[in-house]
Amino acid sequence: MSLSETKAPEVKGPATYLVEAAVAICVIILGCVVIYGSRELGAGWTSEGPGSGYFPFYIGLIMAISGAGILFQAFFSRKGKNTAVFVDGEQIKRVLSVLIPAGIYVFAVEFIGLYVASFLYITLFMVILGKFSWVKSFIAAFCVNALFFMMFEVWFKVPLYKGELDLLSFLGY
Amino acid sequence: MDELNSLFQGFAVVLTPMNLLLMVVGIVLGVLIGVLPGLGGANGVAILLPLTFTMTPTSAIIMLSCIYWGALFGGAITSILFNIPGEPWSVATTFDGYPMAQQGRAGEALTAAFTSSFIGAFVAVVMITFMAPLVAKFALQFGPPEFFAVYLLTFCSFVGMGKGSPFKILASMTIGFALASVGMDTVTGQLRLTFGWLELMRGFDFLIAVIGLFGIGEILLSMEEGLAFSGKQAKIDSKIVLATWKKLPKYWMTSIRSSLVGIWMGITPGGATPASFMSYGLAKKMSKTGNKFGTGEIEGVIAPETAAHAAGTSALLPMLALGIPGSPTAAVLLGGLLIWGLQPGPLLFTEQKDFVWGLIASMYLGNLVGLVVVLTTVPLFASILRIPFSIIAPVIIVICAIGAYTVHNAMLDIWFMLLFGIVGYLFKKLDYPIAPLVLALVLGDKAEDAFRQSMLISQGDVSVMFSNYLVGSITALALVLLFWPLISKVLNKIRPPKKDEFEAERPVD
Repeated sequence: MSLSETKAPEVKGPATYLVEAAVAICVIILGCVVIYGSRELGAGWTSEGPGSGYFPFYIGLIMAISGAGILFQAFFSRKGKNTAVFVDGEQIKRVLSVLIPAGIYVFAVEFIGLYVASFLYITLFMVILGKFSWVKSFIAAFCVNALFFMMFEVWFKVPLYKGELDLLSFLGY
Repeated sequence: MDELNSLFQGFAVVLTPMNLLLMVVGIVLGVLIGVLPGLGGANGVAILLPLTFTMTPTSAIIMLSCIYWGALFGGAITSILFNIPGEPWSVATTFDGYPMAQQGRAGEALTAAFTSSFIGAFVAVVMITFMAPLVAKFALQFGPPEFFAVYLLTFCSFVGMGKGSPFKILASMTIGFALASVGMDTVTGQLRLTFGWLELMRGFDFLIAVIGLFGIGEILLSMEEGLAFSGKQAKIDSKIVLATWKKLPKYWMTSIRSSLVGIWMGITPGGATPASFMSYGLAKKMSKTGNKFGTGEIEGVIAPETAAHAAGTSALLPMLALGIPGSPTAAVLLGGLLIWGLQPGPLLFTEQKDFVWGLIASMYLGNLVGLVVVLTTVPLFASILRIPFSIIAPVIIVICAIGAYTVHNAMLDIWFMLLFGIVGYLFKKLDYPIAPLVLALVLGDKAEDAFRQSMLISQGDVSVMFSNYLVGSITALALVLLFWPLISKVLNKIRPPKKDEFEAERPVD
């Protein structure tokens, strides 16, 4: 990292080494969960050879150790701590503006099915985030979904999830 | 000359109108996937895999492998015109490709890139044609310890050849193994690591992981950068193509050298990216105009593209001959084999002759068709990148959701895909490699079976891994690679290393 970069205008956000440490701790926890789970299963030698937990036990062990290694490197690396900002406010806003609607979309799929939910999702995404006009978004979303419908239901005969309220049942697929 | 006979039989299998049509469809879809942000070779193939469930295995593999070639070609378009490497191994192509586009020589750069991709792939396919049957024959003698040693070698070479913290590579790999062991234990039938959650009985499918990690993760990353593509115009007409082709024979040495580098590095896992960088570095060192590299030298496009494609193609050799994929995309293709009811491994060559030779024949034809398709349709594909991101992003998320759903017709999988997307985003930002996770998830069960069988043979004695010369030398090589980060540190103390000038640019694969 050059000097000019560190002096760049103040951007607020978590430092990279903190995020690094947080992820490393998650890896350690996951490793411990795996170790615990495989010990429950029997990580030792049974009458029929290695038990179900034999292999995962060592996997969990290596995972926990490498997590500890990453944690150590995050704080005591030879290059020093990486204090660069991981994501600034503007960036995280942009990421969340995709992630949160995607979550809502998946939630909606459970009820109204893939096609209807995708249609609404693409339309709203284009209108709200892309600042397109309603008509344009409507047409684009309809075309995309009509194409998918033809491709999956008609041509390749792979039925997709229609949801608990099957709004497209009138199509007969 | 058994191989040639079989190969011609393979051509006979492939050359039906239906298969040729699937080939063209596959190439076009592949280039599209390679050009669109968020859809690369691996997750493109993963998403389209369910479409092939109703086809015969041979038609299915022809279409899917053509998607792969298409994606490889497509990566070059974005690197040259937009300075955005579509895949990690196209990073080196941007060094000279983008400057050429800036000087208005985009057509020349694209022609050179496509043609050398074709040459690299061609040389690698010739190698596969003759080597794969030999390797498969040799591997027929393998028992469980040998197979486990080869698995070990595969995973250790990620540590030995990867860039970045070895702990991160190990963490990524073990997460893959742990996810693979969730669900029904294949040996004892016990439920493992489900913690009482019945929906987890199915386990984690690697296709879901691939779609989430590569697709959703990539979208989140592109979104963070606030995408505004500013591309160069590309016009390719037959005049430019012919003029460029006239220039290419001059660089035959570079092509051969790069193909060899690509083949050598491609057989080992995760080799395409280092291969393209190594080949670029070698070309720079050996070329007469080496000091002009980086300013738009055609040789600087030829070298990395040839190597990347040779590597991408030869990654299929271990997949075919041993059932061990060399790259995430090869892993997805391997997953396809299992779904179509074929057992990957050395027996494939004796039991499924039509399938194997059909695939190899389709590699020759697919690359030829691909070359023609991309040369004629580049402007069309380049215009796709000018579609605003606010249309592309939701459509890609919808495609990913559909892909994730169709794998098992399970809603829970779409949630997992989203979760994997967040993991993929964090991993990419923190330089965790993703390929080891995917490969471990695919191979986890098989590696574990091989391990448990070897342990049963030896009654828990680890020294079975050194019981004969073959298994001993593979294991020893694996261990050397595993501890390579430490060994190289010691070596550096004794003899100061030459500086790797592309160290900073090379992405973590």
